[in-house]
Amino acid sequence: MKCLIIVPAFNEATVLQQVLLSIKKNVPSFSILVVNDGSSDNTSDIASKVKKVRVANHPINRGLGAAINTGLSFAKKNNFDLAVTIDADGQHDPKDIKKLIKPIINNQADIVIGSRIISTLGQIPLDRIIIIKASNFLTWLLYGETTTDSLSGFRAFSKKAIKSIHLKTDRMEVSNELFSEINRLKLKVKEVPIRVIYTNYSRSKGQKNTNAISIIFKLMLRLFR
Amino acid sequence: MNILILPIQVFLSIVLLFAISRVYLRLKDKVLSIGEFLFWISVFSFALVGVIEPQFTTYIAQMVGIGRGTDVVIYISIVLLFYLVFRTNVLIENTRHDITKLVRKISLSNLDKKSSRDKKSSKK
Repeated sequence: MKCLIIVPAFNEATVLQQVLLSIKKNVPSFSILVVNDGSSDNTSDIASKVKKVRVANHPINRGLGAAINTGLSFAKKNNFDLAVTIDADGQHDPKDIKKLIKPIINNQADIVIGSRIISTLGQIPLDRIIIIKASNFLTWLLYGETTTDSLSGFRAFSKKAIKSIHLKTDRMEVSNELFSEINRLKLKVKEVPIRVIYTNYSRSKGQKNTNAISIIFKLMLRLFR
Repeated sequence: MNILILPIQVFLSIVLLFAISRVYLRLKDKVLSIGEFLFWISVFSFALVGVIEPQFTTYIAQMVGIGRGTDVVIYISIVLLFYLVFRTNVLIENTRHDITKLVRKISLSNLDKKSSRDKKSSKK
């Protein structure tokens, strides 16, 4: 089975090498693609130095959604059977990758979402829980899909999902938009609990709470595009 | 019908006639579709009639149950501005998405080139 790990990265030079080495250690046979989203630090150089890691460089910053879409386009073009997206800031544990892809290998799901809420509720800061819950409600309101973690960046995609998903948004709102595609394409979804490692660094890199209004506005606009 | 007496009416009429002529020229250049042409011609023509014959707006106001003609103009303007801001945002989003597609194409094509270069050098 041809598997790809997609790592969208924007100014992640501090922790990227560690994250990539940990992925390689846990799933050595998987291909790794870092999508360097127009970083101004040496993210690209650091990723290139890690053996067998490919780097797609966006000449300018286009956002998380754009980077994920570049990764999925690469997976589609190169006929991968499975793709996993994982954050470059070290908040996800690569040990969970095997757990995440299991439902796809067993043909139980087209998309698997690594849910922080299912298992690690106590470890997530309160403001983040509120944002996740509000985002879950928005996802249900706009797309009729229920989920425990609509903002999770740790997801696995089957070949069917890789080929059929068509994302239009470029920034953080992609997390919610994905559920629109799940609904449109009637994809099978499964959620698995994942471990989350919140550090000051990962918190500073993650979704800003103040982005909520912009995300709602962009999702509304998407309906008319 | 009133004769044009106020300088402001003359000024606004010239501006609106200029706008109508631009809309017509944009249609001729095929920059605007027929739908967009009709929309803008209707907007500017309505405004022109309102400027030349202010009683027209009062007539419309009475028809829709609003007291004064001026209020009708303000209400329609607000709705129109909201719509145009919305349309502009949609267009900006589409343009951003096109830029992203271009960025993606460049990055994946550079990656392909690098992969084939690496393959060639490893064969040597």
